[in-house]
Amino acid sequence: MKQVKYRHSASRLLILGTVFLFTLFSPAFAQEEAAVANTAVEETSDGGDVAKGKELFNSLCAACHKRYKKMTGPALYGVTDRRDREWLYSWIKNSAAMIAAGDPQAVAIYEEYNKTAMNAFPQLSNADIDDILAYVMVPKAAPMPPEGGVQSVAVSSGSGVSTDIVLVALAVVFLMLVVILFLVNKTLRNFAAANGVELYEETATQRTPIWKAFIQNQFLVLVSVVFLLLTSGYFVYGYFMQVGIDQGYEPIQPIHYSHRIHAGENEIDCKYCHSSARVSKHSGIPSLNVCMNCHKSIGEVAETTATEEYSKEFYDGEIQKLYKAVGWDETSQSYTGKTEPVKWVRIHNLPDFAYFNHSQHVMVAGVECQKCHGPVEEMEIMYQHAPLTMGWCINCHRETNVKVAGNEYYEKIHEELSKKYGIDQLTAAQMGGLECGKCHY
Amino acid sequence: MSSNKKYWKSVEELNENSSVVETLQQNEFVNEIPTDEFLGDKSSLENSSTTRRDFLKYVGFSTAAASLAACEGPVVKSIPYVVQPERIVPGVANYYATTIADGYDFASVLVKTREGRPIKIENNDLAKTNGSANARVHASVLSLYDNTRLQGPKAEGKGASWDVLDKEIPAKLKAIQGKDIAVLTQTFASPSTDRLLSEFKAQYPNTRHVVYDAISSSEALDAYEAVYGVRALADYDFSKVSTIVSVGADFLGDWQGGGYDGGYAKGRVPKNGKMSKHIQFESNMSLSGANADTRVPVTPTQQKQVLAALYAYVTGAGSKSALGPKIDAAVVSAAKQLQKAGSNAVVVSGIADVDAQMVVLAINKALNTKAFNEDTPRKIRQGSTKAVAQLVADMNAGKVGGILIAGVNPMYSLYNAKEFKAGLEKVDVSVAFTMHDDETASLCNYIATTPHYLESWGDVELKRGSYSLTQPTIRPLFDTRQFQSTLLKWLGNTMEYNDYIENTWTGVLGNTSWNQALHDGVLVTPAMPKQALTDAIASTEGDQVATSEGASLNAGAAFRRLSAAQTSGMELSLYTKTSLGDGQQANNPWLQEMPDPISRVSWDNYLTVSRADADALGLMNEHVANGALNGSYAKVELNGVGSVVVPVLIQPGQARGSVGLALGYGKSKALKEEMQVGVNAYPLYVNQNDTQTVTVTPAEGVHEFACVQLHNTLMGRGDIIKETTLEIFNTKDKHVWNAVPEVSKNHIEYEVTSPEVDLWDEFDRSVGHHFNLSIDLNACTGCGACVIACHAENNVPVVGKDEVRKSRDMHWLRIDRYYSSEDSFEGDDTKKDNISGLGSSLSEFGEMELPSDNPQVAFQPVMCQHCNHAPCETVCPVAATSHSRQGQNHMAYNRCVGTRYCANNCPYKVRRFNWFLYNGNDEFDYHMNNDLGRMVVNPDVTVRSRGVMEKCSMCIQMTQKTILDAKRDGRAIKDGEFKTACSAACSSGAIAFGDINDKDSKIAELKADDRMYHLLESVGTKPNVIYHTKVRNTTEA
Repeated sequence: MKQVKYRHSASRLLILGTVFLFTLFSPAFAQEEAAVANTAVEETSDGGDVAKGKELFNSLCAACHKRYKKMTGPALYGVTDRRDREWLYSWIKNSAAMIAAGDPQAVAIYEEYNKTAMNAFPQLSNADIDDILAYVMVPKAAPMPPEGGVQSVAVSSGSGVSTDIVLVALAVVFLMLVVILFLVNKTLRNFAAANGVELYEETATQRTPIWKAFIQNQFLVLVSVVFLLLTSGYFVYGYFMQVGIDQGYEPIQPIHYSHRIHAGENEIDCKYCHSSARVSKHSGIPSLNVCMNCHKSIGEVAETTATEEYSKEFYDGEIQKLYKAVGWDETSQSYTGKTEPVKWVRIHNLPDFAYFNHSQHVMVAGVECQKCHGPVEEMEIMYQHAPLTMGWCINCHRETNVKVAGNEYYEKIHEELSKKYGIDQLTAAQMGGLECGKCHY
Repeated sequence: MSSNKKYWKSVEELNENSSVVETLQQNEFVNEIPTDEFLGDKSSLENSSTTRRDFLKYVGFSTAAASLAACEGPVVKSIPYVVQPERIVPGVANYYATTIADGYDFASVLVKTREGRPIKIENNDLAKTNGSANARVHASVLSLYDNTRLQGPKAEGKGASWDVLDKEIPAKLKAIQGKDIAVLTQTFASPSTDRLLSEFKAQYPNTRHVVYDAISSSEALDAYEAVYGVRALADYDFSKVSTIVSVGADFLGDWQGGGYDGGYAKGRVPKNGKMSKHIQFESNMSLSGANADTRVPVTPTQQKQVLAALYAYVTGAGSKSALGPKIDAAVVSAAKQLQKAGSNAVVVSGIADVDAQMVVLAINKALNTKAFNEDTPRKIRQGSTKAVAQLVADMNAGKVGGILIAGVNPMYSLYNAKEFKAGLEKVDVSVAFTMHDDETASLCNYIATTPHYLESWGDVELKRGSYSLTQPTIRPLFDTRQFQSTLLKWLGNTMEYNDYIENTWTGVLGNTSWNQALHDGVLVTPAMPKQALTDAIASTEGDQVATSEGASLNAGAAFRRLSAAQTSGMELSLYTKTSLGDGQQANNPWLQEMPDPISRVSWDNYLTVSRADADALGLMNEHVANGALNGSYAKVELNGVGSVVVPVLIQPGQARGSVGLALGYGKSKALKEEMQVGVNAYPLYVNQNDTQTVTVTPAEGVHEFACVQLHNTLMGRGDIIKETTLEIFNTKDKHVWNAVPEVSKNHIEYEVTSPEVDLWDEFDRSVGHHFNLSIDLNACTGCGACVIACHAENNVPVVGKDEVRKSRDMHWLRIDRYYSSEDSFEGDDTKKDNISGLGSSLSEFGEMELPSDNPQVAFQPVMCQHCNHAPCETVCPVAATSHSRQGQNHMAYNRCVGTRYCANNCPYKVRRFNWFLYNGNDEFDYHMNNDLGRMVVNPDVTVRSRGVMEKCSMCIQMTQKTILDAKRDGRAIKDGEFKTACSAACSSGAIAFGDINDKDSKIAELKADDRMYHLLESVGTKPNVIYHTKVRNTTEA
């Protein structure tokens, strides 16, 4: 079981170092990444408002259409070139009527997309449609112009050369210093010999060496032996108590699934994917069809999702892994039937002899997932937050009150037990949550 | 002192000039050790750079590296579904209603599946027909995961594809001209299969369908047909009658398909001062005999005479019998009670004789018994011995061109298997539809591999108007296709079999929807049609070869023939065991290890002999030094058939002049080596008659039994099984027949349960749940369904014959069986109380160890008693066993270090120690060592490891689940929701479970009952398992 918590620390250091040098040697690095896209935010020749169009597009069309990519419906970029504008108006307002009327273009597209009818949008005015069309006709922003890139490459290679020179220079200086020191020392000695100065030499007989003195002091030996034994005992015990505890276990998964993006940024409820946590002892790793509920239409991540560490391309590549596993053909928007189940590495491994039931904790007790699993919404890669030891379980059972409110099951037992213990709020332990057989059978 | 003795090393030394002796004097070995072979290659040895030291270094390094690497935990993979089936949630069980109909066992059941794999069979509470699941049905889930099953079809002994079979076989069948095509099947009792077979007959007009039951009820069917015109069996409801007389019918066992125990047990629990009276005349000690109020041991021939006499006395057709005075008195008494009870009485018989069965029907008719409804006869046995015999004859005569064998294994279970084999060789095309490459299949041209019933579709008409559906609970594990689907395919019908069933059922369903029927698994048509579907179909077939002469029979003639029955020599009475039945599931380790309820022997069949006969023949049983049971062998010879050598078990209650032997053992093909136990008794089952006249002679050798109970008597310790008679129970105070033991403190007598004399501080158990398990000794028939259910639920390992012999069986729940040493247990108590002085105690205690020749029998299921003051808990040095507020005694396996102090300190001896790792260990080649067999494991219960103690947990996983479900729903728990595996499996209602803190619950009522007592109450352990005093109905008419 490999703990790779600091998997990226080495590369991180390298990057930091390079950046440092980079800034050192090329302070004049041209930051010319002026907003290229901004130029596009202007009215097109047809007079549509791109910003308004974007808003409408996202609210009405985005469920089935993308601008540059085929989805449930066709990619819309260039649609005004393909179709007559008047045709588009009537199609968008009521496509079904057109198909019924037997418009050849309409029928053709209806057939092409497996007879999936497009919703009618009678509420849209022609102006609205113009706005939308203006938005979809904005050309795809090309990848960042490579001007800065070329420069940076040149600079970084230049900086590499200069570092070497500096290092060599420093080495030479250091070598010279050593030689000088040696020479000075030699000269001084020669002077001393010449002037008859007797150099003071330490002799072994003058004083008992400290280690001998130490050995002779039996009390000290005894104390330090005891001390050493106790310390080593402490550490050995600590070491052994760690055996089998995988707190912080963060294995590399077959797909780089980021809880940070899903649970954190997009605030998806844990139990949307881990739905069996409601009813079962297992929280369940979601089956891939659950992923596809969203990822059918999310084939790539937004620009803003990318971080310094993980680029957009990296994340998009991970989504492709999902498509491969589930057998989803993006171009035809259909399942191929060729699947490769994902072999996730299990992180939370309770031993077989310990019974743990998620639904008991999640539904009955109302425990937040984060209580045991930690700040999952901040985890780029999932790791084991809690030690999952028996002591850890029991401490929680001792401290946590049973959520009895509104649960008819607890009514009688709670009343009786509170009377017995003379308290209002019962802990899980008082409810019997410390009995061996509750978890071991 | 020197000696001139010469020590001879071999005979060769006698020979002066022996070259061998010469050579041996020089060399230790006769032949030169071929050291050159591995050391002679000098050049390569010298060239090698690896010195001995280097080698050791490598060894050391790799060992160290391996042990270091082992410090890291394994990487566990989790693989979710790609597309999760809608109804499957990992960790949540699904239940499906289905029906087992393997030709021997027929029952409507619920199948518990986890993550898509069936793991347990449970009773379907909606099913009211044919009782509920017995031990074999409970164990059948393990047969699904049998790794000796065939994984695909075969042609001429080689693996083939279904396409090959589909092409070749119909072509060959079509080519058969002038000869018959025989379809030899088990009893399917399936309307759809019958319809399918009639369609098959339409396409292949030369087809004849022969139904063959390995254990036949042919004579009873013939008799019923003669009287009522339908080839079926009478269905009895024993709960409706107060007097039951059985002549050789083990109706609590497998008699005529079994399933009668539930109804019987209802009448056995005293209610309002009344309970049923049961009189049994039989040869072997059977479950029914063991439960009877009066049991009269008679030989099979005497059984016929008894039945004849009974007929005479009840109907007034005669007034004396040829029976001895003692038996005659018993028959007279039985007849009187029958007459007194009138329509509240019933007579049943298991004698394989049409006359006897006719007489039984006549007596019941004369009594006008309420127990039997002629409108709803049983359909679950349809085999005809004569038709099978005719088929074998025709095969040998070359009249049969093709044979399809489905669900039966005649080469193993047919008495004339040799003739069958000879006939089979003359048949052009033979196809076996089977799960195993068994004795028959291996002789057939084709094997059309069939799935297990849990992977199949089907429908069954258990009795007329009571239908039941079989649906798959798992996708077929192997490349199999069920018999019916294959027939459909061969008929060119593209319909799936499930659609075909639905189609058949359109007439049956009425107002019920198909989905509802499938969900329930059972359907009882409210208005009983006189002529149900199967009859209509069956009547079109005209296959009833055997029944032509049936109609001429009448009761009077039958009675005369019966009373003329004569005894000649030793009579063998063949029977089936509750565990193995007809032997279909012989490869099921749960069943093999299940002790026989009567003899308590597992992994064997044996000749049961009465003590008197054994002494006369010089046969013996003995206990050897390690506490195990050994027995002699006997040779059982049947005139004209041959002989078998079987181990002998001396069986109290066995009628003198008769011996018993169980069928279903001695299978040798498609069976793991460990499971090949016992002797095949089918060759003795001549003409499928379970009574044969044989000669028994002692044979050489000593047999080692694996018997789990060697002390057979109670020694007068009436506080273990409390017993009383109905009369005393009705008239006397509780203190007379169920007194709580008392102790004296300061010269005042206190009940041992009183806190005054308690060593312990009482816990407060009034809050929350407090579980109690109740066992009614009156209702318990000893059937053993609970034992197997417990196995399945709790992952109890199978340890094998050798380990059982060492008393290392792992059953969490055992059913102790006790014999009385005197004529009754009461007699034992009196005898013990009257012992005084050293002389009498020395002799009489010894006598009390021996069971009587016709003892009273009592069953007592014993599991962990979950003592409130548990002696095991106080001696555990690591506190691995501890007590809970809910009354369960917990056992934390991961904490146990295996000192076994607890087992030592347990007065009930219910703790079991894992002497070995039984899981994944090839030394124990049962089911836990292969991936297929392990699929049956219940994921909610830990699989225990070597060196830990285990015991009944009172199914804490089930109680915890019930509690959790209620908590999640936010509701209080209703009475009846709490269950254990044993209480859920108990069809007789003997085991009940619940929360006694729920004052309105059934269990609270049971605990307050006067019959309630605790096992070994005087020990003061205050168990949470309660027993109910056994009451025997000894009232005579």
